[in-house]
Amino acid sequence: MSGSIQDTFFEECEELLEATDEGLSAIEGGDHDPEVVNAVFRAVHSIKGGAGAFGLDELVAFAHRFETVFDEVRANRMELDEPLIQLLLRSCDHLYSLVAVARDGGETDQAHHNMLIEALDKYIPEEEEDLTFEPMGLGGPMDIGAIDIPQVATEEKYQIRFHPLKDMYSTGNEPIFLFQALKDMGELTVSLDDTELPGFDSIDTEESYLAWDLVLTTTEPRSSVEAVFEFVEGLCELSIEGDGDAEADAQALAALEAAFGAAPAAEPSPPPVAEPTAMVEETPAAPFEEPAPAPAPEAVPETSGKKASAPKAETAKSEQRGPKPTLRVDLERVDRLINAVGELIINHSMLAQQIANLDVADVRDVETELEGFKNLARDIQEGVMSIRAQPVKPLFQRMARIVREASSATEKTCKLVTEGENTEVDKTVIERLADPLTHILRNAVDHGIEKPEDRIAAGKSKIGEIRLTASHRSGSVCIEVKDDGAGVNRPRVKQIAIEKGLIPENAELTDSEIDNLLFAPGFSTAKEVSNLSGRGVGMDVVKNAVTGLGGRINITSTPGKGSTFTIILPLTLAVMDGMVVSVADQTMVVPITSIVETMRGNDDMINNLGADGTLLSIRGSFVPICDVAGALGLRKEDNDQPPGVYLLVETETGQRSALAVDDIHDQRQVVIKSLDGVCGEIAGVAAATILGDGKIAMILDPESILAAAPSAAAFDTERRMSNAS
Amino acid sequence: MQAEVKQNDQEIKHAQFSEFVSFTVAGQAFCLKITQIREIRRWSPVTILPHAPSDVLGVMNLRGAVIPIYDLSARFGLETTEASERNVVIVVSAAGKPVGLLAESVSEIISINPEEIQETPPVDSRNTMEYIQGIISHDDNMVRIINLDAVISVPEQVL
Repeated sequence: MSGSIQDTFFEECEELLEATDEGLSAIEGGDHDPEVVNAVFRAVHSIKGGAGAFGLDELVAFAHRFETVFDEVRANRMELDEPLIQLLLRSCDHLYSLVAVARDGGETDQAHHNMLIEALDKYIPEEEEDLTFEPMGLGGPMDIGAIDIPQVATEEKYQIRFHPLKDMYSTGNEPIFLFQALKDMGELTVSLDDTELPGFDSIDTEESYLAWDLVLTTTEPRSSVEAVFEFVEGLCELSIEGDGDAEADAQALAALEAAFGAAPAAEPSPPPVAEPTAMVEETPAAPFEEPAPAPAPEAVPETSGKKASAPKAETAKSEQRGPKPTLRVDLERVDRLINAVGELIINHSMLAQQIANLDVADVRDVETELEGFKNLARDIQEGVMSIRAQPVKPLFQRMARIVREASSATEKTCKLVTEGENTEVDKTVIERLADPLTHILRNAVDHGIEKPEDRIAAGKSKIGEIRLTASHRSGSVCIEVKDDGAGVNRPRVKQIAIEKGLIPENAELTDSEIDNLLFAPGFSTAKEVSNLSGRGVGMDVVKNAVTGLGGRINITSTPGKGSTFTIILPLTLAVMDGMVVSVADQTMVVPITSIVETMRGNDDMINNLGADGTLLSIRGSFVPICDVAGALGLRKEDNDQPPGVYLLVETETGQRSALAVDDIHDQRQVVIKSLDGVCGEIAGVAAATILGDGKIAMILDPESILAAAPSAAAFDTERRMSNAS
Repeated sequence: MQAEVKQNDQEIKHAQFSEFVSFTVAGQAFCLKITQIREIRRWSPVTILPHAPSDVLGVMNLRGAVIPIYDLSARFGLETTEASERNVVIVVSAAGKPVGLLAESVSEIISINPEEIQETPPVDSRNTMEYIQGIISHDDNMVRIINLDAVISVPEQVL
């Protein structure tokens, strides 16, 4: 179900543990640099946060102790002496094994675990102890994830009717995982309903014919049962009936089960459990393992259906529970590869040109081979590119989980709305965005969204909404987290900043300066240390991570209406759809996302307004024209030749303008090459790209072109035009 | 034994002499230490950077990397070069990043004993003084040694 998300977490755990290890080793070696201490603290903090999201309670509990002790060190309230360092190192090792247990199953060494916890507790000051969360049984399994969900001691029975639609399979979901998840909660009986299966000859392998009836006896609350199906919501027909109406349903189910001969209708008794469960797990696999199985009623149609093979594959996969095999490669190597392939393609076109110029009668064979060469080169290029660019969807899915966890821990109701999940972002960016985004979202839930009663009092919907958006914005990736909460409490933020000595008492700050104090190191508005939200590392980490990626982060806030965090990241190597145009003999690329419409203009459509202004009339409305060449300083003003083509663009504020260019050539995917370090910021240009002929083309930023347009004064580029042509 | 001594002599000679590549810019002879140069390419049309200062010609694709090209002549305050296929782009490395310098043509590689390098006599040309590290006399001609750091440091503020 959520296997891939959890895999990612474990993958990260590895990294974070390595970082912890490394930091501790450095400390052991005598390096007491605060940065090292902070790095370890953050790593453990991230492990704790992630583990909390997956309900790995033992891990959370231990990481929390570790972190608490380390916080004392960080705040210089405790000296890092040799015994403590040793204890921390051993604790770090124990964290490794806790993660391994959480991932691969198995038993924690309880004696060791308790011993370490006891040792760590000795370092935790009294008042801190009070703040640690309650259900801290030594070594015993605890339940932090379910703080708000009281443990229901009584067993309840749920009748579940589950009929997946075919879309569910196409999104990679597997019934068997759902069943396994249910089975983990209690006793489960499963029976297959194959009544919808058509005849063998008329079967559509893409269609979903099978349905299942499940009976689950569990102590878990209904919400946990529903949570299992959370990821297939909308992709299946699902009904979950609790004990309340059990009487009627039990009978119906009994009838159902009797009808299909799946199991005798004695629900509460365990016997049927073994058989039907086994059926689900084994039947699909069997036809493949045995060349000629005795055709059981269900088995025959299933052999031909793709569903039969899918569960098998998944079953096999679920057996090896470790993380999916991935290869971590130095990004620089990938970059070199990408550049080399780009050159290869350019080289091909030059070779083709040379051959065409050769005075040879029959070059057909060579051309055929050359064509093959070209295709191969393109394949390689696509392959290499795909290594780097990935949609943000998995990241967003993880964030949805974070928000759920955070809201249940804070007893607030929030929903996460995501947009632009298919925005492709460089892999590094995705990896390194996970931590900062987690912090932002947690903060949004913890500090942004108000308590339900406050929301109702403020006339808002009870359910807080957090909107997570990803988009490409003229050569940058823009990730936005917008909540409709209370907004930044500016007086309080200012007061805290003064208390913490971040700003002088008489400081005069603008609203946005106050908002940005949230990013100051050591700033935290949390009144108490909770399991969920940070200790003031949060926004500090966020800012560091974002600037580490070469990006920037902004916060805007309206009291009572909510706050918006905007992360703008450069796209060093992302791919973008662009329209290739020519402007004053230069080839340029305009991001397709900003183009609403293109049109070829004629004189009738152009209207003058005032001395210099020109408007383009489109279907009765008038849109200001902006001459791109003029705005970029590439054309003299007296050059009266009107550009032929107009690109209708819409700015962020929703205002429309027509960009005048000379011609449109093509629409294609381009690789974005940052101009950072090549030259300063250029008004109107977002980045550059390399076209198929090896030439560099500027990627335009319509927003800044429009901003630069009125005073486009630099015509000294005229001379260099002649050089270039 | 004899040969060995001779080899030692040569090594000493090598240690003392450094090799410079000389080239002409606007009719004047300049040179750069050979170790500063990554490669020399024939001029090919560049892509203009809008709003760039006049001595930044544009950007060029160097095996997948975007590198800026400076007109050395304009940089030195001399007349601007009308770039053509006869001209060369000297690719140097500035803080690990490649930068291209447009020169008229490359002349030769010369070995210079560091002792022969003379300080630049003060002249009333700010640009030149800033960009020239020293001068040497080679075959009765004056060759100016370029202070690479100064040339490629900060591109003038983009408008």
